[in-house]
Amino acid sequence: MTTEEARLPTRQLIQPDVPTFDRRTLKPEARDAVTGLLLTMADDEFVLGFWDSEWTGIAPLLEEDVAFSSLAQDEIGHARVWYEMIAQLTGDGADRLAFHREPKEFRHARLLDHPRTDWAFSIARRWLYDTADSVRLAALAASSFEPLRQIVGKVVREERYHLMHMDAWMRRLAGHDGEPRQRLEAALAALAPDALSVFTPLPGEERLIDAGLLSAPMAELSDRWRSEVGGLLKELGLPAMPDGRPSADGRDHSNPSDSFRWLWGEFTSVARLEEGVQW
Amino acid sequence: MVASDGRNPAVTPGAGRFARSSGRRPTAKETAPTIATRPLESAVWAALHDVHDPEIPTISVVDLGVVRTVETEEGRVRVQLLPTFVGCPAIEVMRVAVEDRLSEFADNVSVEISFAEPWTSERITPEGRRVLRESGFAPPAPQRRTSVLSVLPVLPVAECPYCGSRNTTLENAFGPTLCRAIYHCADCRQPFEQFKEV
Repeated sequence: MTTEEARLPTRQLIQPDVPTFDRRTLKPEARDAVTGLLLTMADDEFVLGFWDSEWTGIAPLLEEDVAFSSLAQDEIGHARVWYEMIAQLTGDGADRLAFHREPKEFRHARLLDHPRTDWAFSIARRWLYDTADSVRLAALAASSFEPLRQIVGKVVREERYHLMHMDAWMRRLAGHDGEPRQRLEAALAALAPDALSVFTPLPGEERLIDAGLLSAPMAELSDRWRSEVGGLLKELGLPAMPDGRPSADGRDHSNPSDSFRWLWGEFTSVARLEEGVQW
Repeated sequence: MVASDGRNPAVTPGAGRFARSSGRRPTAKETAPTIATRPLESAVWAALHDVHDPEIPTISVVDLGVVRTVETEEGRVRVQLLPTFVGCPAIEVMRVAVEDRLSEFADNVSVEISFAEPWTSERITPEGRRVLRESGFAPPAPQRRTSVLSVLPVLPVAECPYCGSRNTTLENAFGPTLCRAIYHCADCRQPFEQFKEV
């Protein structure tokens, strides 16, 4: 190994990717609420990124092998900046948050608890998540917390490609009668009960709104999302997403699912090989 | 010459496998007269042209539009870099390469990642677009404004870098790196990559 190769990753660990900011610009109550919000976003992207990476090498098309690996890299990259931002707000470590928490401590939406399953299922889940995430990001686009607003401005441009890709696949699967459409319909029916979990109300949500950090309550965002996705579902002759408001326990993993326990075992396996190792 | 931390400054990504092979880099001593006769800041900008994107080693970080600001004062240089994509693994390599390239200009060189403004494909300079085309990459298409949830039925068109045809189709919005998409040219029947429009 050359000197060059040996030293690059070390520096990577030393310098966080998120610009440093003064955490005192946020009042302590708002800081807790922002931390809670960021943790939900980070865990969503992190967990989905790892599910995506499960397609690497075995996607139904070589192109999709590349696409899903790229999607995974995007999402884990987004999770990284959110974890680093939390680390700055709380003094915690981004690596600890990502790789050294117990499954029950994660706050990802229940929608992301399902295993990869089949291709139609992965597409349906990703489309539901990407559309929901877009509505959430739009509600943060004018956030009064500048470091958050800046990164949202960047992330939105990348997520546009995810939406575009999922939209094309939804049309492709729904447009082929027989197995593709049947599998898509089955996937949407199985996922619909958990679709709203992305909009699970956050602790201290009213503080976020009062401080101009988030533009609307999660329940309101869930209505906005339902009408946004309604357009394509109707066009493709697929059932609309069920009415109702997100329940309070949509991000509760006090009793983690088997599928998430398994995924957690996978994504923490390297970190657990040797405690405290640096590379 | 060995830097104070024991690293040999000659072994840097800017001079090694990450960069276009452009021969030996002038040492600080050789470039010193130039620096003395013009502002430090423009010398730094000039030096930054030697640092290349590790994923497309023909384009410099300046032409890629990754360098946001250069601030200089006595004994201190501060540079801000904008990542092309949030999860871009190359940004770390670029940061280290920039630090190493600038180490001759000041004792205190800080290279920071910034999100103060989003990097967009509009930031690629005309020279950068030329270099991309020459290297077989279609430069990004001009930016179109779209709403967050638009489903984009109209896909961007890329010009084939080999034959100039616009009779091309997007094969995959996701290419070998986060910032590249894959197209196919129906005229010269070549697949090619486009630097994504973001």
